[in-house]
Amino acid sequence: MELIEAIILAVLAASTPLLIAATGELVTERSGVLNLGVEGMMIVGAACGFAGAWFTGSVFIGALFGIVAGMLMSLVFALMALGLAVNQVATGLALTILGIGLSGLIGAGFVGERITPAVHLYIPGLTDIPLIGRVLFGEDGFVYFSIALIVGVWWFLYRTRAGLILRACGDNHVSAHALGYPVLRIRTFAVMFGGACAGLAGAYLPLAYTPFFIPGMTAGRGWIALALVVFASWRPGRLVVGAYLFGAVTILQLHAQGWGVGIPSQFMSALPYLATVIVLVLLSRARTGGSTAPAALGTVFVPDR
Amino acid sequence: MLDPTSNGLHSGEPPLLQTLGLTKRYGDFLANDAIDIDVWPRQIHALLGENGAGKSTLVKAIYGLIQPSAGEIRWQGERIVLSGPSEARRRGIGMVFQHFSLFDNLTVAENVALGLDGTESFKDMSARLEQVSKTYGLPLDPRREVWQLSVGERQRIEIVRALMQDPKFLILDEPTAVLTPQEADQLFIVLERLKAEDRAILYISHKLEEVKRLCDTATILRGGRKVETCNPRLETAASLARMMVGGEIKEVKAPAGRKTTVPRLVVNDLSLPPGEAHGVRLEHISFELKGGEILGIAGVAGNGQDELFAALSGERLSKDPGTVVIEGIAAGHLSITQRRKLGAAFVPEERLGHGTAPRMKLSENALLTGHAASGMVHHGFIDTAATLKTVDRATETFDVRKAKRDPEAASLSGGNLQKFIVGREILRNPAVLVVSQPTWGVDAGAAAVIRQALLDLATAGAAVLVTSQDLDELAEIADRIAVMFHGRLSAPLATSDATREKLGLLMGGSSLEPREAAHAVGA
Repeated sequence: MELIEAIILAVLAASTPLLIAATGELVTERSGVLNLGVEGMMIVGAACGFAGAWFTGSVFIGALFGIVAGMLMSLVFALMALGLAVNQVATGLALTILGIGLSGLIGAGFVGERITPAVHLYIPGLTDIPLIGRVLFGEDGFVYFSIALIVGVWWFLYRTRAGLILRACGDNHVSAHALGYPVLRIRTFAVMFGGACAGLAGAYLPLAYTPFFIPGMTAGRGWIALALVVFASWRPGRLVVGAYLFGAVTILQLHAQGWGVGIPSQFMSALPYLATVIVLVLLSRARTGGSTAPAALGTVFVPDR
Repeated sequence: MLDPTSNGLHSGEPPLLQTLGLTKRYGDFLANDAIDIDVWPRQIHALLGENGAGKSTLVKAIYGLIQPSAGEIRWQGERIVLSGPSEARRRGIGMVFQHFSLFDNLTVAENVALGLDGTESFKDMSARLEQVSKTYGLPLDPRREVWQLSVGERQRIEIVRALMQDPKFLILDEPTAVLTPQEADQLFIVLERLKAEDRAILYISHKLEEVKRLCDTATILRGGRKVETCNPRLETAASLARMMVGGEIKEVKAPAGRKTTVPRLVVNDLSLPPGEAHGVRLEHISFELKGGEILGIAGVAGNGQDELFAALSGERLSKDPGTVVIEGIAAGHLSITQRRKLGAAFVPEERLGHGTAPRMKLSENALLTGHAASGMVHHGFIDTAATLKTVDRATETFDVRKAKRDPEAASLSGGNLQKFIVGREILRNPAVLVVSQPTWGVDAGAAAVIRQALLDLATAGAAVLVTSQDLDELAEIADRIAVMFHGRLSAPLATSDATREKLGLLMGGSSLEPREAAHAVGA
C-alpha cells in the first residue's frame, strides 16, 4: 500500500512539469507556431525561479520569476520567428541552445545552495485518508495549478470566441488575416503563454521537485513536452492522459532499475518518444480526412499591407 | 425602366460607394492608379480586367484589408477611412473571397462565427445561420467540418456568412470560377434577389458572357488604371475583351488537315486509392487518345484531376503496368523519367513549385525535365550551352518576355512562365502531352499563344490531353470532352455535341441517360 501511494505521488510530481510545459506548447502550436525552444525556456525558468526563491525566500515569487523568465525567452522567439519571419524550427533550436547557456550563467552562483521547497497541502482528516489522502489532498500548489491550467485551456479553446480565433489562426492564417484578425499579434500572445508555462514548468523543478539547482536539470523534459503535444494530437484531454503516462514511464524506469528488471534504462528513457511515433502512425492510419495537426503549424506568415 | 447606369438619373442621391483617385503603390509599382468608381444601390457592377490589372487590390482597399496610398473612399457620400475589415463589415460592406477564406478543420458554424463580430451568442448565431440559409435557398449543415464539403457548399458558407451581416454592399471575387454552370445559375438567382433588396454588388469575373447577362454596369481596369465604364449589355464579349487587353486578341485557329493516327496514350481501367488526406480515389478510368487528337477533361476542381495527372505523369505509380500505355508500351509502373523517354511530356497545373523550381534559373529548369531525353547531359555532365539553347528556343518560339537571358523562374510573370513551361515541353517534340490547366491565371494574349501551340502540336501528330475548368477553352481546342466527377471519368463527348448543359450535368454528377439517372435516384 505504502509503495503504491509513493509511486503515485512520484508519478504526479514527475508529470506536473511535463503537463505545464506541454499545455503552453499546445496553445502555441494551436495558433500555428512551432516553438522548439521549450527545453531552453524551461531551463532558464528553472535557474531564474531558483534565484527568485533564494533571494526572497518565497516559492511563490520564485515561480513568478520563472514565469517572467520563460516569457522573456519566448519574446526573443516571437521577435525572430514572427516579427522577422525567420524559420521557426531554426529559431526554436537556437532558443534552446541559448537557454542552456544562459541558465548555466545565471545559475552558476546557486549550485549547491538550498531553499525551502514548496509546501504541500494538509487538510486534517482528508489528507490522512490512506492511499488516496495524500494523492488528492496532499500535493503542492503546482500540481493543483497544472490541472486548473489544462481545464482552463480546454475551456478557452473550445468555449470562448478568443479560443476559436486562436484555432482559426492555426488552421489558416491567410483566411484569418483576410477576415481582419491580427494573426501576428494573436500568435505573439500564444507564444508568450507558451513561454510562461515553460518557465513555470522549469521553475517547478528546483522549487518543488528537488530543493536545489543543478545545471541542465530539465534533462530533456522540454523535448518530452514537445513530443507530448504531438502524442495528444493537439487536444487538451489527451494531453493530460499523455502527461501522466509519460511521467509514469519516467518513474517506472527508476523503479525498474531498483528491482533489477533487465530492461536497459536508456530504452525506458526513449519510451515517450517511441510512444509518440506509434501514436503518429496510428493517427495517420485512423484518419479519414481533415488534419489532426493545426494546418498552418510552423509556416511563416507575412501579412501584406 | 430606369437604367441605373445611365448618368443623371440618380436624382441627386449620392452613390452608395465611391472611390476617388484611389491609388495603391507597392514600392515603384502602381497596383491602382487613381481609380474612380461609383456604385449605386440596386446595381450589379462588374469589375473587369486581366490578371494584374488591379481588381483585387481595389476591392481589398474597399474592404479595408489594405490602406490606399492616395485617394479616398466615400460611403453614402461621406469620406471614410477603414481601419480594417471588421470596420468595413460594421458599415455594411461584405466580401466573398475568390480563394475562400475558410478554415478546413473548423465547422460551418464556427467559420461563420469567425466572419461576424461576435456580439451575439454562438447559439443565437447558429439559429440565425439556419434562418438565413433557408431564406436564400442556400442549404448548409452548421455542424459539419469544411474539409468534408464540396466547393459549391464552401462558397455557400462564404455567401451566407456575408449575408448574415446584412450588408448593403457585397463584393464577390470571381464567384463562379469553380462552379458548374448549374451552380452558377443558382448563384445568379441569389444575386438578383439581393439586388431587389436594394443592395449593391461589385462583381469580379473573367467570364464575359456571364457579366453581360448579370451586370448593369461594368468598370474595366487595365494595368492598374480605369479604362472605361460601360453598360455590358450594350457591348459584345469581344469588345469587352478588347478593352481589357487594350488590343485585338489573336484568334486561335485549328489548322486544317488534322488527321488522327494510332492510339498513343491509352488508359485501361485505372483505379488508385487517394494519395493524401483530402485526396480523391480514382475509379475505373479508361480512355484512348490517338495521335493528332486533343482530349479535354472538364470538371470542378478537386474531383480527381490532380490524382489523374499524377497517375499519368508517374508521380504515382500503378501496380498494374497495363493501366497506362504510352506509345504501345505498358507504363503504369514506370517512373516519370522512363515515361519521358517513351516520348511523353507533362505540364502540371501549379507553375511554381511543381512545374518549375522557383529559385532556379530557366536553363536549370529546362534541364530538370529534359535531361533524360533531350541531349543536355553527356556522361553525367551538364551541357550548359545546350540548356541555354533550349531556353532561347522556347523564348523565341513562344514569345517569352523576361528581363535577362536566363532569369530565375519565380521572376517571370504567370503568363510568361507558363509559355516557357509549355514551350519547354513542346520543343522536345513529345508524342504525348499531358497538360493541366494550361491557361489558368494567364493573360488573354499568352492564353491564345498557348492554345495555338497545343493545336499545332496535335496537328504535328502528337496526342494531347488537356485538363481545364474553363469550358470555353476546351470547346475551342478539344476534339472530344470528358468530365471528371468524384474520381470517375465520363465517356467523352464530341465537342460539337458537348453543350454547356450536358457538361454541367456531368460536372454535377448527373448522368446524361435518363434510365441511369432514375437508377441513381432509387439507390
